[in-house]
Amino acid sequence: MRVVAAMSGGVDSAVAAARAHEAGHDVTGIHLALSRNPASYRSGARGCCTLEDSHDARRAADVIGIPFYVWDLSERFHADVVEDFMDEYAAGRTPNPCLRCNEKIKFAAVLDRAIGLGFDAVATGHYARLQGGADGTVELHRAEDAGKDQSYVLGVLTQDQLRHSLFPLGDTPKPEVRREADRRGLRVADKPDSHDICFVADGDNAGWLREKLGDRAPNHGGEIVDDATGEVLGHHGGTYGFTIGQRKGLRIGRPAPDGKPRFVLDIEPVSGTVRVGPRDALTVDHLEADHGRWCGSAPDRLEGTVQLRAHGAEHRAVVTTSHGGDRVSVDLLEPAQGIAPGQAAVVYDGSRVVGSATITATSRTRVPA
Amino acid sequence: MNDVTGGEPGTGGSGEPVYLDHAATTPMLPVAIEAMTRHLGETGNPSSLHASGRRARRVVEEARETIALALDCRPGDVVFTSGGTEADNLALKGTYWARRDTDPRRVRILSTAVEHHAVLDPLMWLAEEEGAEVELLPVDAQGRLVVEALRESIERDPESVALVSVMWANNEVGTLQPIADVVALATPHGIPVHSDAVQALGSVPVDFAASGLDLMTITGHKVGGPYGVGALVVRRELEVTALLHGGGQERDIRSGTLDAPAVAGFAAAVEAAVKTQAEHAERLAVLRDRVVAEVQRVVPDAIANGHPTDRLPGNAHLRFPGCAGDSLLMLLDARDIECSTGSACSAGVAQPSHVLMAMGMDEEDALSSLRFSLGHTSTDADVDALAAAIGPCVDRARASRNPVVR
Repeated sequence: MRVVAAMSGGVDSAVAAARAHEAGHDVTGIHLALSRNPASYRSGARGCCTLEDSHDARRAADVIGIPFYVWDLSERFHADVVEDFMDEYAAGRTPNPCLRCNEKIKFAAVLDRAIGLGFDAVATGHYARLQGGADGTVELHRAEDAGKDQSYVLGVLTQDQLRHSLFPLGDTPKPEVRREADRRGLRVADKPDSHDICFVADGDNAGWLREKLGDRAPNHGGEIVDDATGEVLGHHGGTYGFTIGQRKGLRIGRPAPDGKPRFVLDIEPVSGTVRVGPRDALTVDHLEADHGRWCGSAPDRLEGTVQLRAHGAEHRAVVTTSHGGDRVSVDLLEPAQGIAPGQAAVVYDGSRVVGSATITATSRTRVPA
Repeated sequence: MNDVTGGEPGTGGSGEPVYLDHAATTPMLPVAIEAMTRHLGETGNPSSLHASGRRARRVVEEARETIALALDCRPGDVVFTSGGTEADNLALKGTYWARRDTDPRRVRILSTAVEHHAVLDPLMWLAEEEGAEVELLPVDAQGRLVVEALRESIERDPESVALVSVMWANNEVGTLQPIADVVALATPHGIPVHSDAVQALGSVPVDFAASGLDLMTITGHKVGGPYGVGALVVRRELEVTALLHGGGQERDIRSGTLDAPAVAGFAAAVEAAVKTQAEHAERLAVLRDRVVAEVQRVVPDAIANGHPTDRLPGNAHLRFPGCAGDSLLMLLDARDIECSTGSACSAGVAQPSHVLMAMGMDEEDALSSLRFSLGHTSTDADVDALAAAIGPCVDRARASRNPVVR
């Protein structure tokens, strides 16, 4: 196959490209320029956008012995990922830009361009496995290395996208990937993993949002209110500094009457009110979600598991869909805590990814025993 | 020749590359390799006073005389540098500083919107850091300086002009600039004129004395010499403030131990390029016209950019409507055909050319252009290979703009 290897400049995508090349594919390395001004992201952010990363990706391609180019996806990335990230926070939700990037950029804009140019697939360094299903479909499964599994951020991919994808690292533990990079002479072998959101320098999410949102946020300040009593406990400088389930940084001087810590329960972006309460009040057992995306056909009803955040736990659940798979209801058999609208619920059947949807509302339907 | 069934991407490099990027750099001429390698094993700092030093110094001075003879300047006018970028920096900053220090009114620098970055960036630096008032004069749709704009700008206040800098030939679209007109407008006012002649040398007649220029930039690797060596030709009477301070090797304008073997190779290349310029240009012009004709035969809506006649003989700059230039470059590269999109940022992203934008193109049109540049190793077979590949590659590049994945 003719394969575009998306090379971030990190160790995973470098080894993925090398493996695809070694497997006999005709591989071209592509670094995605996602920042509209690469120099401005020179320090701080790890992972996507720096000149150093572009350089590292180029050197890895040299060592592997494949052609290398840089594709400018910065306009699309800004419109589809960064703007969305800001809109979601302004609306009081907690988005995951990595899923969005996979859905709209890596396996859409890049894949479109690659296929148009005569390539057959895009290979990335994601830790996930693809395997043929009984009915001829391509199934997406969790990686062998449970600690590195990234199938959650790939839960947005459709069958069409999966058919044009390669994840060469899915069966390998991360330490082995590092050793392999070293053995292959890839200088990036010791490069640290990327964790933060690539376009937010220094990992300072709230600071970045405060600067970028500017006047778009109608909520530069507001009250922190006790959810049970309605008592105003304090004030804050912007709702986007909060996420549901957050405990730190509330800066409430007074302790709760029972002495237990308070958590963010709800964010009201229009009024700017942040509601807080005890941990127990964070427990939910029912989710509503939309924007359903399915790796195969949407299931009408499925007893399986859902994962509600990257590297989060699995919860047994009954999932039902409506509106042609777009709307999703999830009954959690094992309740979850601190679930924020905007997060993705990724549905699994065993190790197989069934699909995903974006959480719009949470509730508690059963009285705790 | 390679198979021509489709513009498929993937691993190129299977065959000999069809090199159509001589304006970026051109292979060294055998005479230059011979001249350079002859001295690589010799010891001797040209500034040393002993026999070995004198021998190295002789190599440098003979090279200087060879270049002077080829360019019709005096040997003492030739200041060796590390290449075109340093020569441009020295010309612009050195002349600006010297002229302004003599008369603080002289802060204006007049240039064009289509200069190379080795000129534009020093000018922007002078504007930001040194109080220069830089005026980038407009060009017409062919990329040629609007002479009337220069006249108006000079005559508005000639006393305040520190210098004028206009390239001899444009590196992207190949258009020649009206250097004689520029000199004729500036010299009556005593304003020094610099020209970056990096692309022109060897392709069109370049005679420093006849040109009336005060400063001129040339470089080795564009004329079949080695990388890392160039020269600023500067009239000895003109005061230029030094950029690099140290041993003062080059007229105290430029310091640094000279690379005698590279200087020898550079001189051999300049001599050969000037000697063969007329026949070289004639041969390249025929090939260049074939490039345009063959490409337009296969891709009828391809448009040749730049001046139709007043141009570098080996430059074919073409716009392919509906194509992303960098996609097209990648597809051609996969078929071993090497060309250029113009400039890229440091991360490697193709940028819309400031030259094409100055010529009035919008960003999308600017990004759909490619430069094919020919040189002394170019043959009819190169043109045939391009003609065979360009059609399917253009089809592919156009198709790649449509979404296909749901």
